[in-house]
Amino acid sequence: MSILNFKFLNGVKVLTEIKKMATRDAYGNALVELGKEHEDIVVLDADLSKSTKTNTFAKEFPERFFDMGIAEQNMMGVAAGLAAAGKVPFASSFAIFATGRAYEQIRNSICYSKLNVKVAATHAGLTVGEDGATHQALEDIALMRAIPNMTVLVPADGVEALQAVKAAYELNGPVYIRLGRPKVDAVFTEDYEFKIGKAAYLRKGKDVTLIGTGFMTSEALKAADILAAEGIDAEVINISTIKPLDEETIIESATKTRCMVTAEEHNIIGGLGSAVAETLVSHCPVPMERVGVNDTFGESGKPADLMQKYGLTAKDIADAAKKVLARK
Amino acid sequence: MQHLEVTAKKIRRHIIEMIGTANSGHPGGSLSATEIVTSLYFDVMNIDPENPADPKRDRFVLSKGHAAPVLYAALAEKGFFPVEELKTLRQINSRLQGHPAKHKLPGIESSTGSLGQGISTAVGMALAGKLDQSDYRVFCLLGDGEIQEGQVWEAAMAAAHYKLSNLVAIVDNNGLQIDGSISDVMSPNPIDKKWASFGWEVITVDGHDFKQIIDALNKGKSTDKPLLILAKTTKGKCISFMENLADWHGKAPSAEQVQCALEELK
Ligand SMILES: Cc1ncc(C[n+]2csc(CCOP(=O)(O)OP(=O)(O)O)c2C)c(N)n1
Ligand SMILES: [Mg+2]
Repeated sequence: MSILNFKFLNGVKVLTEIKKMATRDAYGNALVELGKEHEDIVVLDADLSKSTKTNTFAKEFPERFFDMGIAEQNMMGVAAGLAAAGKVPFASSFAIFATGRAYEQIRNSICYSKLNVKVAATHAGLTVGEDGATHQALEDIALMRAIPNMTVLVPADGVEALQAVKAAYELNGPVYIRLGRPKVDAVFTEDYEFKIGKAAYLRKGKDVTLIGTGFMTSEALKAADILAAEGIDAEVINISTIKPLDEETIIESATKTRCMVTAEEHNIIGGLGSAVAETLVSHCPVPMERVGVNDTFGESGKPADLMQKYGLTAKDIADAAKKVLARK
Repeated sequence: MQHLEVTAKKIRRHIIEMIGTANSGHPGGSLSATEIVTSLYFDVMNIDPENPADPKRDRFVLSKGHAAPVLYAALAEKGFFPVEELKTLRQINSRLQGHPAKHKLPGIESSTGSLGQGISTAVGMALAGKLDQSDYRVFCLLGDGEIQEGQVWEAAMAAAHYKLSNLVAIVDNNGLQIDGSISDVMSPNPIDKKWASFGWEVITVDGHDFKQIIDALNKGKSTDKPLLILAKTTKGKCISFMENLADWHGKAPSAEQVQCALEELK
């Protein structure tokens, strides 16, 4: 069932702690915890271990860490082989190189045979910042979710990322975990329980549904505050499993609010918005708006400036909500 | 050679100032490639900033795109765009992207930044030159970590197969990548023998010695094979606190460190 993840202090709803943490840092911590418990976990990287945080695992378990050099395609193929021989490999790089350069190795060597490889990619989206368009993966969700057998996870914050990585280990099969570079606001409290395939209600409302993934979920929460000030009662849902999608929750909320907005740090083509639209069109067609990068490449800049320029702020989500309400 | 020394120093100063101002970027591999890029732009290459799309121009592809600062500094000093604009590196709306963008800035021949891809584009340009019986040359700069990418060897095979004697690849052999030394992370050694066995002419030079670099670049004209120049370099060259440290691969100097570095480049 859905969970409300806020605590009440004197009748006021608050997050117990607004802790900022990068999801990639949570990944590094999760790997070390997993490494202590499980002998079969091995970690691969492609010369980015300081950035992806696999170096935390490398320090604790040097014999189970393999730096494959700047050779992502080979890394994915080797991960497939390790999985075929009984290991549970986590293979990491930046999202653009992991899913872009090594796409077909992930598809044919890993997913086709349903091998137990976890592709954990960091530096997804525009918030890569100054490195610019070549390094900003805006289509990785689309690529990964189009492959049969793949599970796609996009944690919203550090708390969820830690649990998502552990859940990925427990699942027998290929998993893509999309992680970010910057520290992001906490959405969940420590008592949150992540489950693959389960969406989470963060705020109940009746006028419009806002669905976020990744750190855009925290922007959706801020958008709900903006809307509340204008008398609009928004429901906020976090979808961290893009595949398999929690259709039940989406349909339940759409049936109630009759309109939806999705928000993601990804091209509006092929990501969360597309996945939700595919569900709605079959089961509960309601007006919908997609907030995301509007089919363009990113550029160099500070993450906050980029979010502004490319329309990924709470205000953009609130504006989209008003637009979709007018279409209801 | 005197004017090249002077230009190289200016370029190094730009690199430090640009990355310092941007507060992000890659100093180590920009500084190791400074003499190579200076030789190309201020001696060897036939290029004209007034006519950057001349079909007969020589081409340079920075396959190790993270070294964009050294290329931007050379292009600005050569007159492709105002030196003033170097300050905008990596800022929103700038033409000076974190990694070179062909469609944004005159003088950029190929959008790079994803390692291993530039060399293939260079092979394509050289192939077109042969097809058109044009006598322009194509130069491509690779990192010694970058050559771990399989694509580099696919391109190497194709260049030799099509006898691309108009192609010169230069490996900036500074011995370091991000996670440490290339021999510790994933050894590509012996680099010279690998390229030779792929059918390339190979010359090893001191990558900070203008005469050796320029002699090698000019020698390429007389062979019927593609030419690989293995340039022995020092990452972070000329800045004492950066030299030979993997840590300075992708880190910006603080304001104070910028001043120290500029002191060393007087
Ligand atoms: C395909 C790809 N994988 C990973 C990276 C991230 N990356 C940027 S620079 C670098 C290390 C490059 O080392 P090297 O080629 O030796 O460059 P240099 O020492 O000359 O700076 C890495 C791994 C990238 N840009 N492209
Ligand atoms: Mg190197």
